[in-house]
Amino acid sequence: MAAQSNLAWRHKKAAFFKNFCIGVTGFAVLILCLLIYQVSVLGLPWLDAQFLSSFPSRFPEKAGIKSALMGTLWLVSMTAAIAIPIGVLAAVYLEEYAKPTRLTEFININIANLAGVPSIVYGILGLAIFVRFFQLERSVLSGAMTMSLLILPVIIIASKESIRAVPGSLRQAAFAVGATRWQVIRAHVLPSALPGILTGVILAISRAIGETAPLIMIGALTYVAFVPEGPMDEFTALPIQIFNWTSRPQQEFHELASAGIVVLLLVLLMMNAVAVYIRYRGTRIK
Amino acid sequence: MRSVLNWSSKMNKYLAALLCVFALYGCSESVEQPPVGEGSELSGKVRLDGSSTVFPISEAVAEEFNAVAPRVRVTVGVSGTGGGFKKFVAGEIDINDASRIIKGSEQEKAAANGVEFIELPVAFDGLSLVVNLQNDWVDQLSIAELNAIWNPDSTVKTWADVRQGWPDEEIKLYGPGTDSGTFDYFTKVINGKEQASRADFTASEDDNVLVQGIAGDKYSLGYFGFAYYIENQDKLKVVPVDGGDGAVKPTLATINDGSYKPLSRPIFIYVNPASLDDPAVAAFVDFYLEQAAALSEEVGYVALPADVYQSGRQRVAERTTGTAYGEGASVSPLTGNDG
Repeated sequence: MAAQSNLAWRHKKAAFFKNFCIGVTGFAVLILCLLIYQVSVLGLPWLDAQFLSSFPSRFPEKAGIKSALMGTLWLVSMTAAIAIPIGVLAAVYLEEYAKPTRLTEFININIANLAGVPSIVYGILGLAIFVRFFQLERSVLSGAMTMSLLILPVIIIASKESIRAVPGSLRQAAFAVGATRWQVIRAHVLPSALPGILTGVILAISRAIGETAPLIMIGALTYVAFVPEGPMDEFTALPIQIFNWTSRPQQEFHELASAGIVVLLLVLLMMNAVAVYIRYRGTRIK
Repeated sequence: MRSVLNWSSKMNKYLAALLCVFALYGCSESVEQPPVGEGSELSGKVRLDGSSTVFPISEAVAEEFNAVAPRVRVTVGVSGTGGGFKKFVAGEIDINDASRIIKGSEQEKAAANGVEFIELPVAFDGLSLVVNLQNDWVDQLSIAELNAIWNPDSTVKTWADVRQGWPDEEIKLYGPGTDSGTFDYFTKVINGKEQASRADFTASEDDNVLVQGIAGDKYSLGYFGFAYYIENQDKLKVVPVDGGDGAVKPTLATINDGSYKPLSRPIFIYVNPASLDDPAVAAFVDFYLEQAAALSEEVGYVALPADVYQSGRQRVAERTTGTAYGEGASVSPLTGNDG
């Protein structure tokens, strides 16, 4: 009898927990929807070809985000080109080659800690090293290298986790038929680990695209009426332009900021969609 | 073998991504505008940084300058007055936007680096005291009353503490954050010392937050730049300030002729005279002084009297360095407006 009522009580608890989880998820989604709704209502009327193809202006109806959008695309492409190879290869070394010495352990702990360092600190580092010491000035290259430092720990950690998850038997089977270590990594470990690596890359790039603090620190600019033509050119980026518009007194600029946020979200969504597609392809081929 | 092929197709994708980067490079080159108008043969870089208060004026000037000299790349950053001066004294920028005069310590650093500066006032900003629209009791405030409210040891808790007969309701204070040049100026004028202020007020670096707070709170009082009041006239009520010669309301006219005092302040650009050897920078500074009066009013500031811009041009022509407003002023002030 006691066992019976105990069972009912346990089922009740289980049902309660399930509903609680649904509620929490729903709440998070609701807040997100509210944000997107508000931003869309304010921003969409301003979002047109003119907005995308104009430079910033003191007249809201003439203002656009061309320089900020192109600056962000430049920044993110270069950051990805720098951070992904370094991050993935570092993870391969740490997982596949490095002996488990104290030094390796020390490096691993440090990488994990670096992932939690506030982004402004990377900005200060970028200012001192890239902008001042290497004399790269306030260029897209300085920005991309600073952003790369910021997202490297995330990429390395995600890549390491996903390389570690590749079954050891896979490696041993390849070794058994005479494959070299390089062949094993190239043909088996990396392709199997690709989905996990890409998840890390998506998270890292999404972080880079929305970051403002390190960019302001290294001196990314607010008013730029030209598109960067090379890695050494000065630049601005979407979050900076959005921040500037929200701090203006005129209501129209606040609406422009909303339109900028919509564009930022779309860019983010497109980049993630590409990564998700590659990941999907990767898992299907296996 | 199959997986090797896979791998190489992935390599191709990576290469394709890299190519995208270069494609961006290519397509951005093709948008270069054809030269038009006067001064279009000029090319070069003009680098501005500094105060967010001055930014709207510099942005407007840069925008208009781009129309007459499209090949000159003007960039404006917003690092704050102090942040801008750090770059200016290191010779990293040509012009610093400043919402306050250069400090003695900044002058010393400039001298140590061999950097000189030409100080050019470009507009007036009138700090405005504002209250809620439903506030029907405040007709004016004197400097003494403002000091009583805002001084660091203030005992004012309610409106009745400020003046007899006003409501016995808690006074809710709003003001700019402590990193702001506006806060520095207000505290210096009202409390006699920069940064000296009571601390129990709602502070925000974003003036729009202050506007919202005051507009939604009947018993509030706050201050910020004139531009934010002008844009929100329908939501807020401005308080005339008695600086000794009767209460004056901040308007374009009273700020311009100096009768709204002591809360109107000049804002500046600081130009590195070494940069003026670059014709692009020289043309930009000249254009700035020519357009500042009209453009500053367009973005919510108040123009200076015309002769101030004239003497500014003269200082540029003669490369007169040093400060007329700041510590150790070596040059006589440009106008009698603020003594």
